[in-house]
Amino acid sequence: MDGALPLIWRKFGERYDLDGNKCGTCGTAYFPARAVCPKCRRKGTLVAQKMPKKGKIVTFTELFAGPAGFEHETPYFIAIIELDNKARLLSQVVDSEKEKVKVGARVEKVFRKISDIDPEGPIAYGYKFKVVG
Amino acid sequence: MIGIVGYGAYVPKYRITIEEIARVWQKDGKAISKGLNVKEKAVGSLDEDAATIAVEAARKAVSHAGIEAKNIGALYVGSESHPYAVKPTASIVADAIGASPDLTAADLEFACKAGTAGIQMCLGLVGSEMPKWIEYGMSIGADTAQGRPGDALEFTAASGGAAYIIGKKNEEIIAEIEDTYSFTTDTPDFWRRPHAEFPRHAGRFTGEPAYFKHSIGAAKGMMERTGTKPSDFDYAVFHQPNGKFPIRVAKMLGFEKEQIEQGLTTPHIGNTYSASMMLGLASVLDKAKAGERIFAVSYGSGAGSDAFVIKATKNIEKNRPKPVFELFKEKEYIDYATYAKFRKKLKSL
Amino acid sequence: MRNVSIIGYGCTKFGEHWNKSFRQLIAEAGIEAILSAGIEGKDIEALYGGSMASGRFIGQEHIGALIADQLGLNPIPATRVENACASGGTALRSGYMAIKSGEYDMVAVGGVEKMTDVGVEQAAIALGGAGDQETELFHGASFPALYALMARAHMDKYGTTEEQLAAVSVKNHHNATLNPKAQFQREITIETVMNSGYIATPLKLLDCSPITDGAAAVILCESEKAKKLCEQPIEIIASEQTSDTLSLAARESLTETKAAKIAANRAFERAKLKPKDIDFAEVHDCFSIAEILAIEAIGFCEQGQGGKFTEQGNTALDGQIPVNVSGGLKAKGHPVGATGIAQAVEACLQLQGKAEKRQVKDAKIGLAHNVGGSGATCTLHMFKALEGKN
Repeated sequence: MDGALPLIWRKFGERYDLDGNKCGTCGTAYFPARAVCPKCRRKGTLVAQKMPKKGKIVTFTELFAGPAGFEHETPYFIAIIELDNKARLLSQVVDSEKEKVKVGARVEKVFRKISDIDPEGPIAYGYKFKVVG
Repeated sequence: MIGIVGYGAYVPKYRITIEEIARVWQKDGKAISKGLNVKEKAVGSLDEDAATIAVEAARKAVSHAGIEAKNIGALYVGSESHPYAVKPTASIVADAIGASPDLTAADLEFACKAGTAGIQMCLGLVGSEMPKWIEYGMSIGADTAQGRPGDALEFTAASGGAAYIIGKKNEEIIAEIEDTYSFTTDTPDFWRRPHAEFPRHAGRFTGEPAYFKHSIGAAKGMMERTGTKPSDFDYAVFHQPNGKFPIRVAKMLGFEKEQIEQGLTTPHIGNTYSASMMLGLASVLDKAKAGERIFAVSYGSGAGSDAFVIKATKNIEKNRPKPVFELFKEKEYIDYATYAKFRKKLKSL
Repeated sequence: MRNVSIIGYGCTKFGEHWNKSFRQLIAEAGIEAILSAGIEGKDIEALYGGSMASGRFIGQEHIGALIADQLGLNPIPATRVENACASGGTALRSGYMAIKSGEYDMVAVGGVEKMTDVGVEQAAIALGGAGDQETELFHGASFPALYALMARAHMDKYGTTEEQLAAVSVKNHHNATLNPKAQFQREITIETVMNSGYIATPLKLLDCSPITDGAAAVILCESEKAKKLCEQPIEIIASEQTSDTLSLAARESLTETKAAKIAANRAFERAKLKPKDIDFAEVHDCFSIAEILAIEAIGFCEQGQGGKFTEQGNTALDGQIPVNVSGGLKAKGHPVGATGIAQAVEACLQLQGKAEKRQVKDAKIGLAHNVGGSGATCTLHMFKALEGKN
């Protein structure tokens, strides 16, 4: 989003280091952090927790047409990743050979620029993942 | 005792060969590659900059040191390609590795030696009586160095980073920094003005009155102050603007080829600027055994050199990170067009 | 018990309307609906207008009052309804509930989107807002990417093939050639789809619905009153709406659309019908995979068998259960906010036997399935014709 600085700033913990939370009642990990555990609702006891930095690809796609701000990055991979604590997130997959990006592939988090649209505007950094091994 | 408690190196995955760059400019790639003693250079991807590279190196250093990032009390990032002209890279790194908010942080710039200047600042702060609370200091050299398309610098200007954590607990120190000395004068051999996209350099002037004078000045001063001579050291590392200068300066100072080989990184990945000597030193630490001594000299245009006398402790052998030379092997070659896209050399991007 | 029927409807041609604005489109559809109902503007007591992203597309919010104004209906209460691509279906349900509640007897419901006033990358950003901005669009996950992730998961789990996905587009393009209001008027083949170039693997250009301008409107009326006003009112015999997590990664399943499944189950229960009782269905095929997920969720075929079921011709105009006889979002076009209303318009045409070349034989019960985002909202409506005045 163009120029929406507070919108990216308040997400730094989440995007830089996978800050999420976990319900102490049912044990489910949430990323991003939730205000209410949808399973336990008021019986839930949510506590802040960092997510593991490794996981596996559940499903993926290679994009050949990107939305505004991503036009020049195509083709790029988007995947849904299941982290080692079962929490799932969507992320770009970078620095990985095409044939290695597949369902079940092990991935680990890297720190990258996500959005750098305006040469005079703020840069949004955050997580991406790369295939390991 | 004060010294290095952990270090981390990061080199982007992509490589472009000197011959591929030469092909675009219709030059003799083989001759240039041989002349510079550089085969290829590391290139940051489209989504990498000095901040992302610094973060990756810093995370590896924290993991290698086995410390809590929140105990880092000072953090400096030296670079000539900070993503912002105003707005610190250091605070991005501090947040990303979990060192915030109890720390002092700043960005440094001294061409290719800002990262070693940061190490000296950390030595001062960690060893100081005031403030007392700084347990660890971290200094990072990280760059996505840019050479103007077609300029001689384009053959060597590379991307990479190295991070060092300085601490004072004997049981944690893997390499003691015995002493440091610097040699600085106003010598404008290379510069970039505000708003200018690419640095300019003074051609052959960057050699004798700049790189050699300062590297030798710092090296000699360091040896004089510590009463050492080249043969007292197992390893020597110098700044590496290309693959030839460090070999020549070592010879001029009386070091043997065997002493510098382990620290030569530029022939494999190009000149990573602020990270150049720091990556070389990391490679030496990968190999150094307890009791071995290392002589390290950085160089930054403008101009100055920081020299260090370092001695590996027995702790160094406990927990070796993945060697720097192994990182170099994780690579994928790109052509000039991809390189131009990655480094935003196409103006319409 | 009060019931609700459609007594009039209108729909613009779908396509690229370079010379027509947002307000012109909705005025055209709205006036057609009012005229076809044989009523006067003053008979309408309230208005619900569905539009997904008028702010992003034309810089205009506050479109409830705007539509009422353009149709000369002020000062009736006029409300914008937004549920991404299910804005139309949700507007229809809002009107339905307003009559159900007893507050009103006659309500106008419209849906409209003017998408071609911005470039495709900007349109992709606007549509991407139907997903989770903070965890999807921010990372470069366009809308096709989200459905591609589901398509890959479906292929991985059930062995669905790219050719089976293509069969959806081929069928819907064929149906569109029988619908003069459809955006595309050309037949395509499996080969054309397979060669159309990837947008987001495994989805290709011809697996995707287009960018479309268009508007549709219906007039809703309490059923008893409707029978007196109209020869053949179309009663809404079920109206359901469900929700799910906005972000795809947070869903329980990537191969089933749970919101649609629950909406369908509830609707069948309420209407006391089974999937085999449905004579035709307009489903939300924003991408080929979406139609497969839809027919599985509704229960026209077994879970995981949607690809094969389509490939075998079961959802063709002359098949076991004709799906998207209008051409669907794929080929009729997908002016996002208008889509859910346009589905209801198609149901009316079919149930009144006015669908001409694409008429489903003996159509008694129709179904419309409208999805918002990658499945976070689903509205599901069932329709049947009533005997009205002679």
